[in-house]
Amino acid sequence: MAEMRVELVAIEREIWSGVAKSVIARTVEGDIGVLPGHAPLLAQLKEGFSARIILQDGSELGVAVHGGFLSVTKEKVSILAEDAQLADEIDVNQARAAFNAAEEDSDESLRARAQLLAAGQSL
Amino acid sequence: MSAQVRILQQRVRSVKMIQKSTKAMEMIATSRIAKAQAKVRAARPYSIQMTDALTALASSSSLDHPLLNERPNPGRVGILLITSDRGLCGGYNANVIKATEELSALLRSQGKTPVLYIIGRKGMSYYTFRQRAVEANWTGFSEKPTFADAENAAELVVGAFMAGSEGVGPDGQPGIDELHVVSTRFQSMISQTAQASRVAPLEVEYVDSDSPTASGSSGPLPAYEYEPSPDVLLDALLPKYVNTRIFAALLDSAASESAARRQACKSATDNANEIIKKLSRQANQARQALITQELSEIVGGAGALAAAGSEEE
Repeated sequence: MAEMRVELVAIEREIWSGVAKSVIARTVEGDIGVLPGHAPLLAQLKEGFSARIILQDGSELGVAVHGGFLSVTKEKVSILAEDAQLADEIDVNQARAAFNAAEEDSDESLRARAQLLAAGQSL
Repeated sequence: MSAQVRILQQRVRSVKMIQKSTKAMEMIATSRIAKAQAKVRAARPYSIQMTDALTALASSSSLDHPLLNERPNPGRVGILLITSDRGLCGGYNANVIKATEELSALLRSQGKTPVLYIIGRKGMSYYTFRQRAVEANWTGFSEKPTFADAENAAELVVGAFMAGSEGVGPDGQPGIDELHVVSTRFQSMISQTAQASRVAPLEVEYVDSDSPTASGSSGPLPAYEYEPSPDVLLDALLPKYVNTRIFAALLDSAASESAARRQACKSATDNANEIIKKLSRQANQARQALITQELSEIVGGAGALAAAGSEEE
């Protein structure tokens, strides 16, 4: 089974890195799935959506990415974000409250929306 | 005589108090250096990847962006000065302020008008005391800067830069044509240097590919696919790159500040210990002199009494 290296890098620290089967993310132009051996790519991620990293054992890792880029090279796939959180770091109740309280399409609302999506919640 | 002993002992006590607090600050600063350095290290992967992405973009985009182009007749020029919020850190603030003054003198000689943006309370008080205009300031995070702090500052200065000196920046003031950052570079525990660098128009700093942390292999860059087009991506990437640069400067300065404070407080503690030693020696001497004097007075008095008794008989 082909595999690839994935790095999730936020500005303050490297959040996660490891081997994965595929990465699914939403760029400004639409959903994109990256499998091993993908052509080099540089894309801007759409705000307010989450990315999913599918691991070797088939489990999914949801990531809330706020304002970032996806870069695919021969060696690895990296998700660059100013602010990113893994699904299990997200406080769902808090995100839900923030999502309901914030104005639609505001920065906070998009951030909370990405967190909810990453945690596998419906909106 | 006994008054002198008391005064000396009082001074010993007060110096001991000062020594206690400088010692505590020294230890706090020491623990903060390690934390600050860890933060600098943690932030590195992002800036490396950012640089990689920009380098890749540079090969396929026209690189025509206001953040990259030099303006023909720069008028107002912004200087972002990074100082500390608290004192007791030796020459740390004095050095960056001196570098800033040198830079503004240089800019003035080139016919530009420097305007100041200040981070940190100490820089602010330096300029307000001299009643010199400051465009904007941010305080309260010099020791533990977060990315949100960097973003706040970057938003304003980048906005002002995009407006240009003819336009009006986001704060309602006229904009700027160039942006320089004066910060302190952490070289080692005992050496930190103030440095000025131009952030906009931008010169992309290429990461040395020999260093172990740098990613990507040498050789020709792969042909990238872009989503959206390279020019749109460049528009989105460049302001973020400036944020990263300002954040990196803040982190480096925070580490330098702690190192400078440790150094300053360590010498203060050493000096206090020396003074304590000297003063207690003086106090002991005075006490001893007092006892000797009293003894000789008693012996002298007893002698006189004995002599007077023998004469009466």
